[in-house]
Amino acid sequence: MSGNGKRGDILVIGGGISGITAAIEAAEAGANVTLVEKEPFLGGRVARMNLYFPKMCPPSCGIEINIRRVKTNPQIRTLTLATVEKISGGPGAYKATIRKDPRYVNAKCTTCGECVEFCDVERPDSFNLGMGTTKAIYMPYEMAYPARYVIDPAVGDPKETCAKAAEACPYGAIDLAMEAEIEEAEFDAVIWATGWAPPDATQFEGLGFGDYANVVNNVTMERLSALNGPTAGKIQRPSDCEAPRSIAFVQCAGSRDENYFKHCSGVCCMASLKQARYVRDQNPEAQIYIFYIDIRAPGRLEDFFTAVKEDEKLSLIKGKVANITEDSATGKLTVEAEDILSGQRVAQEVDMVVLATGMIPQGIGDTKVEGGVELDEHGFLAINQPQGYLAAGCAKRPVDVATCNRDATGVALKALHLGAE
Amino acid sequence: MEKKLAVYLCRGCDIGGALDMSALKDVATDEYKIELCHEHDCLCGDEGRELIAKDVNDGVNSVVVAACSPRFMTDVFTFDNVLTTRVNLREQVVWSHEANDEDTDMMAQDYLRMGIVRGQQAELPEPLEEEVDRTVMVVGGGATGLTAALDAAAAGNDVVIIEKEAQLGGWMSKWAKGIPHEAPYTAPQALDIVDQVAAVEANDKITVHTGAVIEKVAGMPGQFDVTLKGNGSEPFRVGSIVQATGWKPYDANKLGHLGYGISADVVTNVQMEEMLAAGKVIRPSDGKAPERIAFIQCAGSRDQDHLPYCSGVCCRVSIKQALMVREMSPETEAYVLYKDIRSPGQYESCYQKAQEDTGIFFTKAEVTGVTNGGGSLKVAAEDTLLGENVQLEADLVVLATGMVPRSADGELIRQYVDAKAVVAKGEEGAQLENAKVQVEELAYLEDAEILNLTYRQGPDLPTFKYDFPDSHFICFPYESRRTGIYPAGCVRAPLDGQAAKEDGSGAALKAVQALEVTAKGQAVHPRWGDMSFPDFALQRCTQCKRCTEECPFGTINEDEKGTPQPNLTRCRRCGICMGACPERIISFKDYSPGIIGNMIKAVEVPDEYDEKPRLLGLLCENDAYPALDAAGLKRIQHSKWIRFVPVRCLGSVNTVWIADALSSGFDGVLLIGCKSGDDYQCHFIKGSELMETRSGNVQEKLKQLALEEERVQIVQLPLNEFEKLPEIVNEFSDEIEDIGLNPFKGF
Repeated sequence: MSGNGKRGDILVIGGGISGITAAIEAAEAGANVTLVEKEPFLGGRVARMNLYFPKMCPPSCGIEINIRRVKTNPQIRTLTLATVEKISGGPGAYKATIRKDPRYVNAKCTTCGECVEFCDVERPDSFNLGMGTTKAIYMPYEMAYPARYVIDPAVGDPKETCAKAAEACPYGAIDLAMEAEIEEAEFDAVIWATGWAPPDATQFEGLGFGDYANVVNNVTMERLSALNGPTAGKIQRPSDCEAPRSIAFVQCAGSRDENYFKHCSGVCCMASLKQARYVRDQNPEAQIYIFYIDIRAPGRLEDFFTAVKEDEKLSLIKGKVANITEDSATGKLTVEAEDILSGQRVAQEVDMVVLATGMIPQGIGDTKVEGGVELDEHGFLAINQPQGYLAAGCAKRPVDVATCNRDATGVALKALHLGAE
Repeated sequence: MEKKLAVYLCRGCDIGGALDMSALKDVATDEYKIELCHEHDCLCGDEGRELIAKDVNDGVNSVVVAACSPRFMTDVFTFDNVLTTRVNLREQVVWSHEANDEDTDMMAQDYLRMGIVRGQQAELPEPLEEEVDRTVMVVGGGATGLTAALDAAAAGNDVVIIEKEAQLGGWMSKWAKGIPHEAPYTAPQALDIVDQVAAVEANDKITVHTGAVIEKVAGMPGQFDVTLKGNGSEPFRVGSIVQATGWKPYDANKLGHLGYGISADVVTNVQMEEMLAAGKVIRPSDGKAPERIAFIQCAGSRDQDHLPYCSGVCCRVSIKQALMVREMSPETEAYVLYKDIRSPGQYESCYQKAQEDTGIFFTKAEVTGVTNGGGSLKVAAEDTLLGENVQLEADLVVLATGMVPRSADGELIRQYVDAKAVVAKGEEGAQLENAKVQVEELAYLEDAEILNLTYRQGPDLPTFKYDFPDSHFICFPYESRRTGIYPAGCVRAPLDGQAAKEDGSGAALKAVQALEVTAKGQAVHPRWGDMSFPDFALQRCTQCKRCTEECPFGTINEDEKGTPQPNLTRCRRCGICMGACPERIISFKDYSPGIIGNMIKAVEVPDEYDEKPRLLGLLCENDAYPALDAAGLKRIQHSKWIRFVPVRCLGSVNTVWIADALSSGFDGVLLIGCKSGDDYQCHFIKGSELMETRSGNVQEKLKQLALEEERVQIVQLPLNEFEKLPEIVNEFSDEIEDIGLNPFKGF
C-alpha cells in the first residue's frame, strides 16, 4: 500500500477554467487547495462564452458540475476578489501575501435581490464586457459562484452608493465597513492559471476597431450571441441593432503578425467557425465570409470545419485582411484583402465584421515574485520555472478549453508531488 | 439507527409573505405528525442554523429544510451524520408563482410532503467498504506511459508498466529530435526519452514488464487482478489503469494515389524520421542524397476516403524534418505542399523560421497525383499559390501520414464474441444467420483486445468516433466509460510529443485520484463524494439483463444464468440500472424506486371536479434543475399545476413512476434532461438516450390505457436556455389542459 501520505497545500492563482480544474482535481486527489480569483466569481473567460466548439454545448453545464464539486469539497478554499500581492520561496515552502478586496456583502446574502432597487448608481456590466449596466450592487450573472451580491467601489464609495440598500437588506448581509484584508499563507506548490485577455484591437492599423461601430472582436461576439448577454442572444449590429445580413470574420487580427503578436492563438479559427454557426442558426440567408491564412482545426475538430464548409452561403477567402473601411451613412463595412489563391484583390461589403483577435497571456499580473518567473517572448510562462512554479492552461500556451482541462489536470499532479510526503 | 425527523420552514426571501405558513406547518404537524417543526425568518442565518444544530445535538438525524434551492447555502444546511432534505420553496415556488394564491399554497404543501417522505424514507448513505490497492498500472511504455508512470510514482503510488515491445520508449525512442516546444521554439529540440527510460528503470516504485501483453484484467477499481502473457510473471493486483497504448501510422499502402508503392523514393514521414535518426537522408532507390524533397501534407488525412480528421502534428513534423534536412544538407531543397499549415500557439515560431529558410518552400496545394518520370518523381497539384495546375519534380517524396489510435472497441469486440458463441452453439434460426454475418463482418477484431477486461460489456474501453476512447472531451477529458481506467496520449487524441506527455500526467492524476476517492468509499466524477451505491435485491431478479446492458460504465457482470454481479467500485451512482430494472430491485439508500415513487404519491391530486390538473416533472438534477433555479432567480413564472422531482439522470427514471403517476390521477408527465446523440451533454453519457428508448414502452402503455401520447413528453434542454424552461412547462401544461383531465382520476 502506498499513496496514503499527506498531499500538501496548493495555491492556484486564477479561477478560470484552468484554475478551477487544477483546484478540483488536486483537491479530489487529497490536497488542500486555495483558489484565488480576482473577479467576484469563478469562471473567468469561459463563463462569458456562449457555446463551446465543437459540441455547441453551453459552458454553464460543465461549470455547474465543477461548482458543485467546489462547494461540496471542504478541501478547497475559494477566495474571490483576491489577488496575490507577493510571493517567495520554492517547492515545499512558498510564502504568499494574498489581498482580499472587500465585497461589501457577506455570507448572509441570500441572493434575494431586494437591495437592488434601493441603489440608483449604475456601473458598466463587466460580465457583458461593458455592454449594458448593472446597479453598483449586483449579481455578476445568474449562475455566479459564490452566489452572492457584490458592490463595485469603482463607481463610488459604497457607503454612499449603497447606504439605502444596506438598510433595506433584511438579512444584514451588506457590510459597508468591510475593508481589504491581507493574509499571509504558506504553500507547497503554486499553479499560475492566470489565463488570457483579448488584445486592445484599436492598435491594429486599418481594421477599424474602435472607429467603426460594426467592427467587433470575437469575445464581444460571444456575448452578443449568448442568451444571457446584452441582446438576449440576438446577433445584431451595434450601430442600429439590426441583424446583419452579411458578416465577415477576419482571422489572425493582430496575430501571426510581426507588427503585433507573432504567435498563433490556436483557437480563433474554431471560434470563428463556431460563430459562423451562431449566425447561420439565426439567419439562414446571411452571407458569411471568413478571411484566413490557414484554417487550424486540429484533431477531430476537423469534422466541424468539414461541416461548416458545406454551408453554401459561407465563403472562405485565403488572404490576410489589409484594410476595412466604413460607409458612415449606412454603417456598412468594406473588407479588403488579397485572395492569394486567385491573386485577385477582394473588396467585400458586409454589414458587420468580427475580428478574430487572439489570446494575450496575463503572466503574473501585478504579483511581485521573488526570483521572478520566466516568460517567453510572447509573455507565456515557460514550462520549466527557476522557482519551481507551475503554469496551467493559457498562462502557458494559447489553447482551447478541452486542452486547458487536460493540462490543468496534469499540472495538478505535478503540484501534488511538491507536497507529497 | 432510528429516524428522528424535524422540519424547518423558512419565512425569508419572500416565502413567509407569499405563503400561508400555518397551513404549511399543518402539513408537517397534522398530516405527518412531525413533532419538531420550526418556522424561522432566516434559516440560513446564524440563528437559524443554530436552531437546527441544537435539534441535531438532541438527536435529530433527518432534517427537512423548506427554504431555498439545495444549490444555495449547501454548507449551511449540512450536518455530520444527518440526512438533509431540501424543499425548494423559494426558486420553485414563491419566486415563480403568484403570491398568496391557493394554488401556490397547494404547490408548497406538496413539495413539503415530498420532502417529508424523503426525509422519512431515505437513509444516510454509508461509505462502500472495499479494499483498495494503490498501484497504478500503465499500459504502454512510450512517452505518455512513462510520464504517467513517473508522475504516479512521484505522487507516492506503486506503478506497473506493461510494454509489448522488448524495450521501453515507444516512437520517441526512434526519433532524433522533436518539435520545438520550449522557447524560442525555432529549432528541432532534443528528446528526453532516454532520460525518462532511465528514470523509470531507476525508480523502485515502478515495476516494468516488457515484451508482455495482457491476458486478463479481472475485478474493479482498487482490485484489478492482472494476468500477463508472454513473460511468465505471476498474476498481480493493481488499483487503476492508464491506457497509453499510443498510435500507429495510417497505412500508406492505401495511398497509391499519392505514389506510395510506385517508387521506393515515396516514403512516409515515419520512414523519414528513421533516416533522420540514422543521420543520413537518402533516396531509398539508389542511396543518393536527394536534391529536392516534396512533403505532401495530409496524406490520407482530412480526407473522407481515408482519415477524415486531422492528426494535428504532421505539419509541424514536416517543418521539423525540413529544417533538419536543411541543416544536414544545405543544398537540398524542401517543398511543403499543404492544405493549411497547422502550427498553433508558439509553434508558429518554428513555421516562421522555416519560411525564412530560402531552401524551404511552402505552397497550398491539392495534390492530385504522384508519378514516376525519368529518374525523378512528378507531383501534380491544383489550386496552388504558384498557379492553377502545377507539376513539381522531386527526387524524394515524403507522405505526411496521420495517426491512428491503438485502441480496441470493447463493445464491438463483445458483439463479435457473442456472435461467435451463437455460431458455435449452432442452433438453427434467424439468429444463427445474423450471427454468421456478424462474425464475418467483425472478423478483423480477432485478437484485437488490449486490456482484456472481464467485463460483460466487452474487454476494452468503448470507443467513439474514429476509435478514440473517451467521453466528455471538452469539460472532463479523461472520463472514460470505464471507471478507474483512463486513456492518455495518442490513443485518446492525436497529439504531439509534449502534449502526449502532459496528457500522461493528467491521466495519472485521475488514476491516483480514483484510488484516493474509492478508498474513502465515495463515487468518482461526476458524483464525487457521493457515498450511496446501488443495492441489488437479487432474490427477486428475473435475469432480464437490462441493468447489465444499460449501465454506461460496465459495472455489472452476470453469471451463467444472467443474474447481475455488480462490481461496485466501477459504479458512478447515476442510477441508470435502477431506472432500467422492471422488478425495481435496485436501490440506493437515499434514492430508490420506492422513495421517489412515494414522494410522487405524496402529492395531493385534486379530484376531477376541482378542474385543477396535476403534472409531474422529472428533472435531471445536473442541468435541468439548475436551469429551473436560474429561471426562478429571474422570477419567471411557470405553470402552477406541475410538481417537480429531481432525478440523478433521466436514465435513472424508472417507468413505474410514470405509470403510477398516471394511474394515481396525474394528468401528464414531463421529463427534462440533457442532450443525447453524438454531441450528447448527458453527464452519464447515455442516460437521456436510454430514457428516450424506454419512453417508447411508456407510449405503448399509454395506448393500452387509451391515454393520449402527449401526456408523457421528454424535453432536452441545455442549461444556457434556462429562460425557455418555464415556457416549455407552460406549453406542456396548456397542451394537457386542452386534452383534458386524466380519465383515471379518482379510480
